[in-house]
Order: sequence, then C-alpha cells, then structure tokens
Amino acid sequence: MGNDASGGESDADLTQNDGQRFGRLPATADERTVEGRVSREAVVDYFADRFGIPPETFDEYTFWEKGAGKIWIYAGSAPSPIAIEAIGMTCLRTRQEHWKPTTDFVQRFGREAEECVIELEPEEGRAFAAGEDQELERWEGDWGYLIAAHDIAGELEPIGVGLYVHGELRSMVPKGRQREL
Amino acid sequence: MEPLERYRPIVDDFEAFLAACERSLGNAVRVNTIKASVDRATAALKADGVGYEEADWNPRVLRLETDSPGSTWASFHGFTHGQEEVSAVPATVLDPEPGERVWDCCAAPGGKATQLAALMDDRGTVVANDSNLGRISALRFNAERLGATSLAVTNDDARNYSLERFDFDEFDRSLVDAPCSCEGTIRKNPDALDGWSEGYLDEVSGIQKGILGRAVQATREGGTVVYSTCTFAPEENEAVVQHALNKEDCRVVDFDLDLEHSPGLTEWDGQEYDERLERAARIYPHQNDTGGFFVAKLEVTA
Ligand SMILES: C[S@@+](CC[C@H](N)C(=O)[O-])C[C@H]1O[C@@H](n2cnc3c(N)ncnc32)[C@H](O)[C@@H]1O
Repeated sequence: MGNDASGGESDADLTQNDGQRFGRLPATADERTVEGRVSREAVVDYFADRFGIPPETFDEYTFWEKGAGKIWIYAGSAPSPIAIEAIGMTCLRTRQEHWKPTTDFVQRFGREAEECVIELEPEEGRAFAAGEDQELERWEGDWGYLIAAHDIAGELEPIGVGLYVHGELRSMVPKGRQREL
Repeated sequence: MEPLERYRPIVDDFEAFLAACERSLGNAVRVNTIKASVDRATAALKADGVGYEEADWNPRVLRLETDSPGSTWASFHGFTHGQEEVSAVPATVLDPEPGERVWDCCAAPGGKATQLAALMDDRGTVVANDSNLGRISALRFNAERLGATSLAVTNDDARNYSLERFDFDEFDRSLVDAPCSCEGTIRKNPDALDGWSEGYLDEVSGIQKGILGRAVQATREGGTVVYSTCTFAPEENEAVVQHALNKEDCRVVDFDLDLEHSPGLTEWDGQEYDERLERAARIYPHQNDTGGFFVAKLEVTA
C-alpha cells in the first residue's frame, strides 16, 4: 500500500535524509534527491486510494519530511531545507510497510474521507478515545488503518486512527491525547 | 495581595479590584474555528450536557459551566481550547488576515499562536517562537490538537531573532505577549505574587524592551505590532512601550475593544509617557469579571 518504489533513480545519487532539518517532498518520485523520501504525489494518492479524500483537498498545502518517514503538512511559506522545531502538523508515517496517518491529521482532514471510515456507537467512541482496543465483528471492509468516527450533534466526526485486524479495532490515539469522556 | 497596594492611585474602585482578585476564576474556552464553527462547537457542548455562556465582546469565547473543560468531546476534537477570556484579546487586536506573515515572539504554550492561525483561516504563516524548549513541546501539542497547519515553530531568543532561515525578510504583523510578573493571573494562580519584587520588575522589563524592539524591527513599514502582558505594573507596560517609541520607528494607535477597560497611563512614579499611551488598554479583573491584561497596538512607521 502506498509505497513509492517505482522511481527509477539510482540510490547512489541521493543524499541521506537529515534528521535535524525539514525537507519538502518532491512533486514526483522522479524528482527525488533524498534517499528513501516519498513524493507528494504518493502521499496524496495514498489519502485518495485508502480513504477517498479528494486530492484537491491538499492543493494549497506542502508536505515535508524530518527524520525518516515522518511526514508533515504545512500551509505556510518556507524554504527547503529548513532547521526549525515544527512545520505545520505531522500527518503520516511512511517508513513502514503500512503507512499510518496521525490522529490529529484525521481529526483535521478526515471529514473529507469516504472510505475506510468505521462508525462507532457512543460507548465504542468513548472506549476508543480512552485508548482501548475492542472487538468489532461488524466491519466488512479492508483491514489495516481506518478512521474511527462517531456522530456528534447529528454529524459524523473523525475521532482518530484505528488498526483493524482479526475482528478487533485497536485505538492508535497517542497516550497524551487519550481522554476518559 | 500586598504588592497590589501600589496600584491604589491608578485603579478606579480599588476595593472592588481587590475583591475581584481574591475570587477564583471560572473556566473559559475559545472556539477553535480551524476545526469547528461556533455553532458546531456549541452543539457539541450541548450534546455533552455542558452549559455555556457566550462572551458579549467575542462570540468565539465561551464561559463554561463545568469543572473539567478538558474532558468534553468538544475539547477532544479540538473544537475548543481552554483560554482565559482576556487572553483572547491581544490576537483580536493584532487582527491578522489570511495569507499574511505573522510573528508570535513568545508563543508557548500556543493559545494565542493558534488563535492567530484561526483568525487567518489557517492560511499564511504564523511563526511561533519561544526561547524555552520545554514549553515548545506544549506549544507543538496544542498546535497539532487544534489542527493548525500554518504554524512554523522556532526555539530562539526573540531579542536577537534572525529571519535568515526563512524565504522572507520581514513580517506583516507581530505579537509580543511578553514574559511578565503575571499579577493579572492571581485569580487562576493564587501564588502568582509570591516571588514579587521590584528587582524582578527591573530584570523582566529589560527583557521585554529587548523583545519589543526586535519585533518592531522585524515588522514591515505600515505593519502592526501588539504588545501585551498579563500584569498591571507600569514598569512592564507603558514604560516598555515608551522605550520602543524612543528607540524604534513606531507609534501607538487606537483600537476598538468591546470590553470594559481603562486607558493606558501617561505617568507613573515620576515618569511621564507619550500622551498616545492613553490609547493602550488596561483591563482590570473587576471590570468584566476576568483576569487582568495590558494591550498596546503599534504601527511601524519605517
Ligand atoms: C506570557 S508567556 C506566552 C504565552 C503565549 N503567548 C500563549 O498565548 O500561550 C511568555 C513566554 O515568553 C517566553 N520567553 C521568555 N523570554 C523570552 C525571550 N527572550 N525570547 C523568546 N521567548 C521568551 C517564555 O518561555 C514564555 O513561554
């Protein structure tokens, strides 16, 4: 899912990723200059293919990497590379077989999603926000990372990212974000 | 309360002021319009069974009827952010527009930086800086929880801040929400006055002058700088602005504020300040049943 191994360049020409600086993602894999770095196109395609988030959603944003595979989304202006503490917000982890969006990203952009969204009942939503794993046999869609959402005042609202395997939904809400509601 | 005695000559209805300082303050939140409209946020609060009252001067500020404002769904979703009512004033006075470049010199833990991003519809660049690395992590946490994509976070001393790392060389607007003696937070932190001394006022006002001076220099001609503190001491307020008027190219300008407040001082302790400092606002706790704040708006003239 979502890996970007199709680029034809030889890794010998590429510089190493620098964990101290943010580098802007290349538009496509062919324009890559840093080893292992994914492209903007691959990221936008991933959000579209996995979650049905329309690519235009991201037209006015840039994507950046700091450290291996931690991707950030940014609306402001900055040169690349840039050595600062944070640029916009983290949105995705790419240096593992299955890419994983962040909780805060799905809360911010997940309303646009049309696929791989699992709707939780009130009690299930509370358990999810508290970081609990739960048996949920009813899901018939893809396994892997899903957006967990619930109804709040008549509209569906994304809570965070869950990992669905073997009839179980594991909450990926980070410790510091978990709440007893 | 002893250190506050020195403000008896400048505060109207000083007894009411003291009485307000002794009362603890309720919980206020700001609606984070990056993630939800005021209607959506209040609908979520209603669904949670949490009562609220909208502030008259700013519909995005809500006074909550709960002791745990952090354990609502509205807060979990980042629709609301705990922020004292008067602390929402400086960003509205700076009044940034979408697409602008804005500097928040002293930004951690990020209440005002994320408010600036929201006022800009999260379009443009808010450089959120703080010299304290420990507080930067709280700033980053809040920025992510509130979904602010327009923030660039830096960790430097604002007094000699360099813009070289960016692809622009001046800001349209800057906010200096300075470190201060925090007298105005007494209703939230009963021990706020414990370490109070005139020596501290001297020390912190030196830092404040350095930061405000740099903010004026880093802002374009015609741009705006807002200086704010959560303290009453004129040494940290009017005297700091006066120092910037003497040293930098700027002037004090008017602003509208629909909260009861008093004008800035033009003299204190034998010192005279520019008459235009009357255009600054001193917000005292008894005037609107809030914390205390000082806000001045400057225009950069060269
Ligand atoms: C009043 S607090 C800022 C609150 C923040 N604006 C908010 O709304 O959440 C003042 C901040 O100034 C920072 N600070 C102190 N001296 C500084 C300096 N020389 N340069 C930059 N930041 C400084 C402190 O670490 C502190 O976080």
